[in-house]
Amino acid sequence: MTRFQKKLWIGLIIMAILSPIGIILPEKFNAGDAWGEWGTDTIEKLLGYVPEGLKRLSDIWKAPIPDYNLGGENASFGVQAVSYVISGILGIAFVGGAVYLISRLLIRAKGKEHRA
Amino acid sequence: MHIPDGYLSPQTYVPLYAASFVFWAIALRKLKKELSVKHVPYIAMAAAFSFLIQMFNIPIPGGTTGHAVGAGIIAILLGPWTAVIAVSVVLIIQAMVFGDGGITAIGANCFNMAVVMPFVSYWIFKAVKGSSENKKRIYFAAFLSGYIGLTVSALAVAFQLGIQPLIAAAPDGSPLYAPYPLSVAVPVMALEHLLLFGIIEGVVTAMLLKYFVKHESDMVYAFQGGAR
Repeated sequence: MTRFQKKLWIGLIIMAILSPIGIILPEKFNAGDAWGEWGTDTIEKLLGYVPEGLKRLSDIWKAPIPDYNLGGENASFGVQAVSYVISGILGIAFVGGAVYLISRLLIRAKGKEHRA
Repeated sequence: MHIPDGYLSPQTYVPLYAASFVFWAIALRKLKKELSVKHVPYIAMAAAFSFLIQMFNIPIPGGTTGHAVGAGIIAILLGPWTAVIAVSVVLIIQAMVFGDGGITAIGANCFNMAVVMPFVSYWIFKAVKGSSENKKRIYFAAFLSGYIGLTVSALAVAFQLGIQPLIAAAPDGSPLYAPYPLSVAVPVMALEHLLLFGIIEGVVTAMLLKYFVKHESDMVYAFQGGAR
């Protein structure tokens, strides 16, 4: 790893540690979900009903760490903030791992073509 | 910008899956041809950066939140096709592991944030920079690249959500999927990205480019060769 790369990785880890800013600021400024990303509860409040198809598809997938929160819906803000940092670190590991895997497969496929 | 499950009708999300598949196939083929081992860490870091920058939700006081995506700076630094792969990996993991964006909407979300955004950002950067070597102009081009790239991406989301009431309605006329029409979705998404989130994306894009120009300007993809 070059020194420059090391610096960049450190920068990314600092971003993960600071990431709770991304949930603290919305809380402080009383801002809700992103537009068009409401859960079915919020939709019910907004419209008075939940559209049929939306209701049917909304639960199609159970994510292991929904909303980057390990503590469930009633988790305290502290738990949410810690979960957020852990999610950031996991995110670095997962996306970094996936990129390395894809790259390895591509490089191997290229090697085969060259030998053929 | 992450469309959840249930907001898009199958008539919308299936074609968008198909569109993303086409771009993934081309991007993987190009990457296979051009990939060198020394680039791999940068692609991994680019994906990690996009994941992390999306965690920084920015509030509109009393309203909604939004965030930068990072697809523009990745396109400038590593090329738009590499950005397609890096940002798609992020969006797929966000959907599967963190429930951010729907499983049915992976095609749509990748199309909007991992295809539309990097290409628009890259074209804007190249067009505004031209053949100029002027630093101020280069950073202004980077700002516009992030600003316009994110806004156009948000408009694509608004369009996909806004056409849902036209596509599918219950017998009583109520919408089956995303409930708000184009006349609501487009102005809301356009304004919040033009006035706030796009500016953040632009500033992040310009600042990071400045950092790379200072430390490793040889690796900046958009500075190499012609108008690829």
